[in-house]
Amino acid sequence: MRRFLADLSRKLTPERRKNLVTCVLQHRTCSLFSSFQSQSSVVIPIRFLNTASVDPSMASDYSGSPVTLDTINIKVLNCEYAVRGEIVTLAQKLEQELKENPGSRSFDEILYCNIGNPQSLGQQPITFFREVLALCDHPTILDRAETQGLFSADSIERAFQILDQIPGRATGAYSHSQGIKGLRDTIASGIEARDGYPADPNDIFLTDGASPAVHMMMQLLIRSEKDGILCPIPQYPLYSASITLHGGTLVPYYLDEATGWGLEISELKNQLEAAKSKGISIRALVVINPGNPTGQVLSESNQKEIVEFCKKEKLVLLADEVYQENIYVPDKQFHSFKKVSRTMGYGEKDISLVSFQSVSKGYHGECGKRGGYMEVTGFSPDIREQIYKVASVNLCSNISGQILASLVMSPPKVGDESYESYFAEKDAILSSLAKRAKTLEAALNSLEGVTCNRAEGAMYLFPRIELPKKAIEAAKSANKAPDAFYAARLLDATGIVVVPGSGFRQVPGTWHFRCTILPQEDRIPAIVTRLTEFHKGFMDEFRD
Amino acid sequence: MILLQIIFTNVGNPHALGQKPLTFPRQVVALCQAPFLLDDPNVELVFPADAIARAKHYLSLTSGGLGAYSDAHGIPGIRKEVSEFIERRDGYPSDPEHIFLTGGASIGVMQILNCIIRGELDGILVPVPQYPLYSATISLLGGSLVPYYLEETANWGLDIVNLRQSVAQARSQGITVRAMVIINPGNPTGQCLSEANLKEVLQFCYQNNLVLLGDEVYQQNIYQDERPFISARKVLMDMGGNISKELQLVSFHTVSKGYWGECGQRGGYFEMTNIPPKTAEEIYKVTCTSHSPNVPGQIFLGLMVNPPKPGDISYERFVRESKGILESLRRRAQIVTDGFNSCRNVICNFTEGAMYSFPQIRLPPKAIEAAKNAGKVPDVFYCLKLLEATGISTVPGSGFGQKEGVFHLRTTILPAEEDMPAIMASFKKFNDDFMEQYEDYGGYLRM
Repeated sequence: MRRFLADLSRKLTPERRKNLVTCVLQHRTCSLFSSFQSQSSVVIPIRFLNTASVDPSMASDYSGSPVTLDTINIKVLNCEYAVRGEIVTLAQKLEQELKENPGSRSFDEILYCNIGNPQSLGQQPITFFREVLALCDHPTILDRAETQGLFSADSIERAFQILDQIPGRATGAYSHSQGIKGLRDTIASGIEARDGYPADPNDIFLTDGASPAVHMMMQLLIRSEKDGILCPIPQYPLYSASITLHGGTLVPYYLDEATGWGLEISELKNQLEAAKSKGISIRALVVINPGNPTGQVLSESNQKEIVEFCKKEKLVLLADEVYQENIYVPDKQFHSFKKVSRTMGYGEKDISLVSFQSVSKGYHGECGKRGGYMEVTGFSPDIREQIYKVASVNLCSNISGQILASLVMSPPKVGDESYESYFAEKDAILSSLAKRAKTLEAALNSLEGVTCNRAEGAMYLFPRIELPKKAIEAAKSANKAPDAFYAARLLDATGIVVVPGSGFRQVPGTWHFRCTILPQEDRIPAIVTRLTEFHKGFMDEFRD
Repeated sequence: MILLQIIFTNVGNPHALGQKPLTFPRQVVALCQAPFLLDDPNVELVFPADAIARAKHYLSLTSGGLGAYSDAHGIPGIRKEVSEFIERRDGYPSDPEHIFLTGGASIGVMQILNCIIRGELDGILVPVPQYPLYSATISLLGGSLVPYYLEETANWGLDIVNLRQSVAQARSQGITVRAMVIINPGNPTGQCLSEANLKEVLQFCYQNNLVLLGDEVYQQNIYQDERPFISARKVLMDMGGNISKELQLVSFHTVSKGYWGECGQRGGYFEMTNIPPKTAEEIYKVTCTSHSPNVPGQIFLGLMVNPPKPGDISYERFVRESKGILESLRRRAQIVTDGFNSCRNVICNFTEGAMYSFPQIRLPPKAIEAAKNAGKVPDVFYCLKLLEATGISTVPGSGFGQKEGVFHLRTTILPAEEDMPAIMASFKKFNDDFMEQYEDYGGYLRM
């Protein structure tokens, strides 16, 4: 994100704001001086409108305008999302430079390893899914004989089936605000097939990806800054951003790097108590399983402990399960929290649980479609009505994404015409991901001062780097967090874009970065070589 | 017992009422969904060459086809197409960097209001009657809605005097008025603002330090010729001088309305004028947390602003389909207005634009009494009775705001043209029966 310089010693007067400096540390919630002070004002920074950076074609200094940095919602200013932060801006500049001056660097392309966006790095979509979606987008061709020469028979059949569930076959119409009923039925059956426990289509809210669903729940749960949400550290920064945007408080619980990013209930308890003693009311517990950025897959016994904890403390369990199909190790398996709860004998009256799923991950990687859902169980009907009401303000999620979500939850079965090719595509992608995870993990572990837990699941590696003192000092002089300094240097030397660990939060004094395992297999050797060379050079430069 | 067919005239959802999607965009997007088709020699049997070419064009603009997250503010090539459309429409250059594609216009409105509203002392001027996205969002964001009443007797005109009063009243309550919303053409009211009116509004915002939010999603839906659509931005640029360089404006558009009616795609954009780059960066930052608008929706938007041209294979058909829809909407606007006005207790301003009719229903005191006894607001009571009797589903005027004691309902003009006469006849019968049931000999009362 944007870097601001912090100058903690000077206070700001409310009047003139010309030429004042605004400084916000990337991972601290700061208050901006305004008549609407935010909560914990430890730091009162100085502000600075850099008029030099204003687009000259908009010839105005904006100082009198209603909408300027001074006058916008402070929660927007405070919210950070490192996945598309400063490092990405730098990368895009570099990419432009390479285009204009090819050969100006030792590398000829930027490798975006910052974001879980598989299809932007060459992963192909699942053919069957795309066939069905194409037919649903243009249903008039279904009646034509030539269409059968272009599409598999079962994709045509599935398209007919889906269109019959859409009133008037109108894929361009707003649907029910929870999503098309027939598609929710399909998803509910898919959930039941996966878990062995029934799912109610009325519990399902189809959304434009899982992220809007997370935002909806935060909006519902957070009443003020006194409401806390327990989040794993390291965490996917959607949670920190969303909590900030909705004016709540993130209560961290630290995953244990030494034990493969283990989740200890004692840690949960301690953090809960500490927060309570500060007057924070904890509303929910976020668990990301498989983890992001950490990649660990929870054991079933661990999950049971978590369910008990939430039940006992009366917390809503927010289960981010978008990576449920990305498991790379034979000794781990995905169990949904719903399944675990039901196995324990806990039903609607015992635990409030929201499970998030997406079409963006797994083996399908359909990020650009914006498809996903949340399954909401254990809430009273009047709360459900409220959730429905909020969903209805945006009318509905995109229909094509809804259809895709139903396909993901009920793919071709053994015996279907497309099953073989579907399975081959899926298997190829998943085994390749597992392979890449292993290769990159080994490469990272071979670097001096770097340890990397294995990626049991998800799409990322999150190595820890022991940075020498000299490097930390150089970072300080450059006004960057040490891992951001390392990441910027890495980008500059190799064209590889990773996200500094500070974007995900980490145990203070430790440094990490998140790198995806998504570049295609043929790119991996080059990545490994460049990374290794860079790291050696970096350590040579800064070694104590 | 008579089995009723429910007629959903409560939502601006054209395809749900039988309007067919335009052929060309569906062909293009289907090909983009399944790019492997492009390699199939048989594809030309089913898809025209220009759709194939356009699909290839849009795929080349993406960073990995439909399945990759795009830039958070939309595919650069499509933002460029939008800027070119705006330039053609208004005659002034538009910068793609000031354009953000969004998952429907509603998301854009929510993002901008989220930026502006800091607390309950921040007020947003909203027309009454209004599309309740505004009231709902302001409420969710903890701000204050500052109403300005549109003048029903003056064709839902916007009176600067009303505006000034609203602002003065809000300020006296300690509210800082931050922005003004105009919906042009109006929803639910349908009026098209004149150029003079727009100038007044722009001046007013400038003098009062407000950012103007121009909801222009119905710009293609114009059913009279006296007041064609003119964008707030064009008027601003025409005014020139300091105001054109300083007045802050955000304009919203969508693929859901017009003659496209592609509500389910969730495609839209907003264009910022005179918003500081650093503020735009902050808005960009927030959109990053939901990644990007869906890519197919972005392509629909690209196609909308850059439709088939004369000479293209698909041009004739595209024009025929579009014109067919627009001309029919114009006729339906008239049928519905006339149908309502033929009822003696109903006054209905003509639907100059958008997709709705917002007749005023004068209710007799006995009806209002009956509503009270049923625990319902009078127009809700009326609309429920209407639904029960005819299957016609409408939205009571209280959902949009109205003057105290004046009742309306909102219906759409979207049911198929051939069904319209029967629908209006059905309404009239219900209304006349209702009036007979509840009318006093002393005539009806409008409080």
